[in-house]
Amino acid sequence: MTATEGSRTASPLSAVDRKDMRDRGGDAQPMLIARELKKHFPITGGVLNRPVGHVRAVDGVSFTVMKGETLGVVGESGCGKSTLARLLMHLIVPDSGELIFDGDAVGESDGLSVRDMRRLMQMVFQDSYSSLNPRMPIEDSISYGKKVHGASEAEAKDAARELLTKVGLDPNLFGPRYPHELSGGQKQRVNIARALVLEPRVVILDEAVSALDKSVEAQVLNLLRYLKQHFNLTYVFISHDLNVVQYVSDRVLVMYLGEVVEIGPVDEIYERPKHPYTQALLASRLSMDPDDRIEEPPLVGDPPNPINPPSGCRFRTRCKFAEKICEVDNPVLGDWATADAHVTACHMFVPRSGHSMAVSSASGSAPAPSGTAMAGGD
Amino acid sequence: MTAYILRRLLYAIPIALGVSIVCFALVYIAPGDPLNSLLPEDASAETIAMVKKAYGFDKPIPVQYFIWLGKVLTGDFGHSIASGRAVTDDLFKALGNTVLLAAGAVMVAFSLAFVMGLVAGYHSGGPVDRVVTGVAVIGVSIPNYWLGIVMVIIFAVELNVLPATGMGPRGSDTFNFWEWNHFRHLLMPMVTLSMIPIGIITRTTRAAVAEILNQDFVETLRAKGLSEREILIHVVKNSMPQVLAVMGLQFGYLMGGSILVETIFTWPGTGFLLNKAILTRDLPVLQGTILVLAMIFVATNLVIDLLQTMVDPRLKRG
Amino acid sequence: MANITMSPSDAGAVQSAPAVMVRSYWQNVGYRLRYDYLTLFFGAVVILILLSAIFAPLLAPMDPYQSSLINRLKPIGYKDFHLGTDELGRDILSRMLYGGRISLTMGIMPVLVATIVGGTLGIVAGFLGGRTNMLIMRMVDVFYAFPSILLAVAISGAMGGGVVNGMLSLTLVFIPPLCRVAETATSQVRNLDFVEAARATGAGTFSIIRVHILGNVLGPILVYSSSMVSVSILLASGLSFLGLGVTPPEPDWGLMLNTLRQAIYINPLVCAIPGVAILITSICFNLVSDGMRAAMDVRL
Repeated sequence: MTATEGSRTASPLSAVDRKDMRDRGGDAQPMLIARELKKHFPITGGVLNRPVGHVRAVDGVSFTVMKGETLGVVGESGCGKSTLARLLMHLIVPDSGELIFDGDAVGESDGLSVRDMRRLMQMVFQDSYSSLNPRMPIEDSISYGKKVHGASEAEAKDAARELLTKVGLDPNLFGPRYPHELSGGQKQRVNIARALVLEPRVVILDEAVSALDKSVEAQVLNLLRYLKQHFNLTYVFISHDLNVVQYVSDRVLVMYLGEVVEIGPVDEIYERPKHPYTQALLASRLSMDPDDRIEEPPLVGDPPNPINPPSGCRFRTRCKFAEKICEVDNPVLGDWATADAHVTACHMFVPRSGHSMAVSSASGSAPAPSGTAMAGGD
Repeated sequence: MTAYILRRLLYAIPIALGVSIVCFALVYIAPGDPLNSLLPEDASAETIAMVKKAYGFDKPIPVQYFIWLGKVLTGDFGHSIASGRAVTDDLFKALGNTVLLAAGAVMVAFSLAFVMGLVAGYHSGGPVDRVVTGVAVIGVSIPNYWLGIVMVIIFAVELNVLPATGMGPRGSDTFNFWEWNHFRHLLMPMVTLSMIPIGIITRTTRAAVAEILNQDFVETLRAKGLSEREILIHVVKNSMPQVLAVMGLQFGYLMGGSILVETIFTWPGTGFLLNKAILTRDLPVLQGTILVLAMIFVATNLVIDLLQTMVDPRLKRG
Repeated sequence: MANITMSPSDAGAVQSAPAVMVRSYWQNVGYRLRYDYLTLFFGAVVILILLSAIFAPLLAPMDPYQSSLINRLKPIGYKDFHLGTDELGRDILSRMLYGGRISLTMGIMPVLVATIVGGTLGIVAGFLGGRTNMLIMRMVDVFYAFPSILLAVAISGAMGGGVVNGMLSLTLVFIPPLCRVAETATSQVRNLDFVEAARATGAGTFSIIRVHILGNVLGPILVYSSSMVSVSILLASGLSFLGLGVTPPEPDWGLMLNTLRQAIYINPLVCAIPGVAILITSICFNLVSDGMRAAMDVRL
């Protein structure tokens, strides 16, 4: 690596300074703001194949990602996590909502173009098998993105080889290989290298380690941690594995049926979960203590059909605290824009919401002005 | 399911219209004035004027198409240039003979090919499989017009046991099921025509059987202690829908693909009619025959698709 | 997290693997073909047939157009006529060699053109999807609604005979199936994550098709089009047999079969010769195509 570095004036891949030259908004400006993102997929049917309904895959999702943090996104399969990832990358165009990247609106005339955004934000896909072109040596798979953005053949190749080293694969041995000659973990390392070749600031990891063996998973997670530090990256880490999310995340976002039900700092979420769904999800983790067995599953049944989600709160059909108000009114997520806020979309946490168990104040102790959602405990 | 059937039917309409446009265009891709290609050379001025008016040759082409389509839908395919008779007269008589030939060929093919494919698939990889696969390759590679000639050489010329051409004595063109002589005439064209379906059905059966035998449920059946014969019954049952579908498709294909064989054996079917029409440049007959044969092909495919989906709803297409 | 151990060393450690020879997909295909002796043999026969057609002027013992009234319909081995003579007293061997030129051209060219045209249409339809796909595929469906020989006969029958018209009609016959195969293969590949990943880098449609799609769909398309060559040769000869292809006195296998048919009672063996050539060519192409399919590991 050092050899290639010396040959050029400024190696693009050398560790980025803490202060990123590309930073525009300063530390207080979130890296990413998603506001009311929405994507409904039409379902066709009937005689004329007309749309007869919509799958509300992502239904008004808002959150922020701070610079340098890892935002974990959890939820059951089918809750819209992967659609959300593709919406962020604009691989699927959102029906509505906006995306602000370091202060610039994405895809708008006076903002950041989608193409430029894709240089700054990259994605690692879940399926390490189909995510690499089987007819291409992995070196070329990695360097492709670089070439797309105008780098010369040699430059792109050098960058690819350097990144292979960075993700722990010897470029001389692995560079010319084809995906089928690699193990799952190695392929995922290649996928990570490919995402990094454009020197992005944000990397979306869509179930990036879920398909790996536990031991390999740990190695790849360590690699991700190392890379994050090295390249000063911001992660959006999507997973259904609660343990892994707890391990990697600074903040956690919980999704249910296309909506955000809770968001907050990782320790807050794991130690003081608010939403009944989060509580159930956490309770469903298997304990390592044989005396602490789960006798009853905390969550029963499958999530309802996202084509016709329940009225009001979408979780009410599986919630043991569900009351009349939950049927009528969809609770709103409170102040999601504040970085350290721990907020939830549940009537029990809205004072005077009409729920019998509604808190009298936001955090359960100090009274809060009505209409304001709960701020973080400490 | 009903919605699916309706959708498939609706979907077939644009295809049928497209087919009709192609057939309509045939007259226009013919060299020379389309009017001349629809009329005998010695047509009188009155006839020319009449046809011109009837077909609307003075009007723009899209209008002409709709006039033509209207006529076709009411069963008016125009008149043959060579004979002057209505195209439909000859066409439907010929159609019956071709149905007979094609159905017979497919039946012959099925009874031979299914057994061959079953044996090959059951012993897949073995020497029997290789022989059968070889036969199947020959079946699809053989020029059936040549095979017809070879059969004539062997059975009509050398052995003199079967009639070389025609449908029956004295140039008969109506098949009589009670007359043995007609069957003797049918034999060679039928066998010749069955070669391609034999190849295709054998391959399909072999592949289907080999794949089914690889499935887990066969293992379960064996574990339950079923005899190989009983297992084979399961395999046959499971492969049947797929094989029958291919058989049906082949029937539709042969309806339009029998032209060469019919020509060799002068079998008075649609293919022979087409051949005559080509030789005499009788475009109304050519156009009408091709339209009807293509429509039969479309209809067969549609019916098979629907039947298949009824048996196995997983096959639904969007 | 007790279940995840972390040490900085294994994050940055460079994994090495035993040095193995790396073969690309196409090198692998070549490797597999090299040991498929059956396919190699039939491939050699195909090449031999092609060469004998190309070098027909050098190989033919006589003038294929030279007719002779006294030498009509002579049997195999008569004088210097190794395969006998036809109804006009022309040397059949020479006519067979020359006939291969037209028969093979008429068989191969339409598939070649259709592969390029149909393949391109199919890839575009499969990759773009949506309305473009609808438009292209519905049009293809219409031509698909004709049995292949019927469509060929219809078009060349309406346009009138001739080699060019025959080839044109055959090309039209093969575009729809090739378009379908290309479309199916492309839309399968299109939905794989690596194409999505390529889009995520900001690559344009053309670049993605060229770099990522083409390499993955070329195999199935080539296998399918190679299997069509045999069909095309049969159809081309069939058209000539019906008088819709080559015009006399040009030598062509299908046409020879037709004209020799009159002599069936005089010299039956000679009548069968052109068909044998068609049969052998067609079988060889079919088996080579099967071998290619196995080597490329393609399921159609």
